[in-house]
Amino acid sequence: MMRRFTWLVPAIYIIFLMLPIYWLLNMSFKTTNEILGTFSLWPQEFTLDNYRKIFTDSTWYNGYFNSLIYVVLNTVISVTAALPAAYAFSRYRFLGDKHLFFWLLTNRMAPPAVFALPFFQLYSAVELFDTHIAVALAHALFNIPLAVWILEGFMSGVPRELDDTAYVDGYSFSRFFFKIFLPTISAGIGVAAFFCFMFSWVELLLAKTLTSVAAKPIAATMTRTASTSGYELGLLAAAGVLTIIPGAFVIYFVRNYIAKGFALGRV
Amino acid sequence: MATKTTNQKAWLFVIPVVLLVAFNAVIPLMTVVNYSVQETFGDNVFFWEGVKWFEQVLQSERFHAALGRQLVFTSIILLVEIPLGIAVALTMPRKGPWVSVCLVLMALPLLIPWNVVGSMWNIFALPETGLLGKGLNVLGFDYNFTRQPLAAWFTTILMDVWHWTSLVVLLAYAGLCSIPDAFYQAAKIDGAGRWAIFRFIQLPKMKRVLTIAILLRFMDSFMIYTEPFVLTGGGPGNTTTFLSIDLVKVALGQFDLGPAAAMSLIYFLIVLLVCWVFYTLMMKDEVE
Repeated sequence: MMRRFTWLVPAIYIIFLMLPIYWLLNMSFKTTNEILGTFSLWPQEFTLDNYRKIFTDSTWYNGYFNSLIYVVLNTVISVTAALPAAYAFSRYRFLGDKHLFFWLLTNRMAPPAVFALPFFQLYSAVELFDTHIAVALAHALFNIPLAVWILEGFMSGVPRELDDTAYVDGYSFSRFFFKIFLPTISAGIGVAAFFCFMFSWVELLLAKTLTSVAAKPIAATMTRTASTSGYELGLLAAAGVLTIIPGAFVIYFVRNYIAKGFALGRV
Repeated sequence: MATKTTNQKAWLFVIPVVLLVAFNAVIPLMTVVNYSVQETFGDNVFFWEGVKWFEQVLQSERFHAALGRQLVFTSIILLVEIPLGIAVALTMPRKGPWVSVCLVLMALPLLIPWNVVGSMWNIFALPETGLLGKGLNVLGFDYNFTRQPLAAWFTTILMDVWHWTSLVVLLAYAGLCSIPDAFYQAAKIDGAGRWAIFRFIQLPKMKRVLTIAILLRFMDSFMIYTEPFVLTGGGPGNTTTFLSIDLVKVALGQFDLGPAAAMSLIYFLIVLLVCWVFYTLMMKDEVE
């Protein structure tokens, strides 16, 4: 029977996904000499020096803090702003609603390369250049539309009767919204937050353009290492491994909703 | 499904979003429009140029070449990732402990910063020290992605497949999970084969999520910048210089603001047009 071997397809696919990650891990435990000198499938002289360097050098570990700060700021801003808007889109018809929704989506479609230079000028003009909030606001450009889209999908799945019953029971709008509605769509909020986190965490072009020293993201610190100090592959690999950890951590929490989230709440 | 009532006060709910996005979108976009019709020699002195830059960009061979490479790249990406994603989703377990393991492992590449993806594949594919590069050379292939255009393309595409196929898998999987068991039982009674089940039950049910998958994969592969920039730097030569890479070269490298701005607008309009078509298709489905 063919069916018995179908598990091979996802298994091979996952092995394919893990190979480069394994190689990165392998490199991160090697010394530069070993990387350049010999080829081996696992570290011959196992070393933690690369990690030690990252945890003791402030330009390195500050990069992680900077990234985490603006990612969290962005997630909070995007989800908070998107919640009422998504509610409006899912419950009401109003003048220009469809156009507004598409206009929001167009911002998710804008290539960051198009906006890099004007963003630099805009944020310099309002004197926010090289601050965490600048990157958080800039990432809101594509994260707010995404959060609105996901939340609207989840909210539209909640029957309108829930709202009506609450009003009949004498709830005010704000009490209904915070006490009943938000808990009902908590999964959707989690998923939207996850996606904001994800896209802010992985984006580099804008984050790099809008920062120089004080808010420099870890990803930019890495590119600098790659270009200036020749090729410290081991160090670069260790820094790369450490950037995977926060992602793996948040995936674990949303694993049951992640598929629905990618479908923008519309399965 | 919720029915909507007309209420103009809903605008109040939307205002924060509109303000935040408008600050980020309208001002920079107007800056780009502004540059695209003017010439500058520095010192903030600008001269009106009309549509000169647009004509120049539209006629330049460099832009045509970058656009061509971009279209070929995006087509290959869609042709490989969508079928592969569907195949993996179809064969994934539906129940049991393996589901979570599969989902978490598959989602992992999506959460890795894009430049790290580039560095990781660089390290993985280096002909002397990388597993892929060394492996291919040991197997007798002459492979060096920093020198051979074909190898550079192969590596860039493999990297994108590695990076983003999981998105298609997750979407298709979500669509498959929404099919009630009763559908399969009915198909069994009718004596439907594997292909018939796929064609008449699974594929129609996945249509919505697949539209989203194609839309997202189109947008993101069309805007790709960081990963190939880190991996190949657009080379060897210009062979992997896609639109965004070329744009950044013109705008920040040569500081040709006018042509860069005109190119940005043309670029943005192309993305917008394709996405509008997809969006209209998707919304039509939603109404049905």
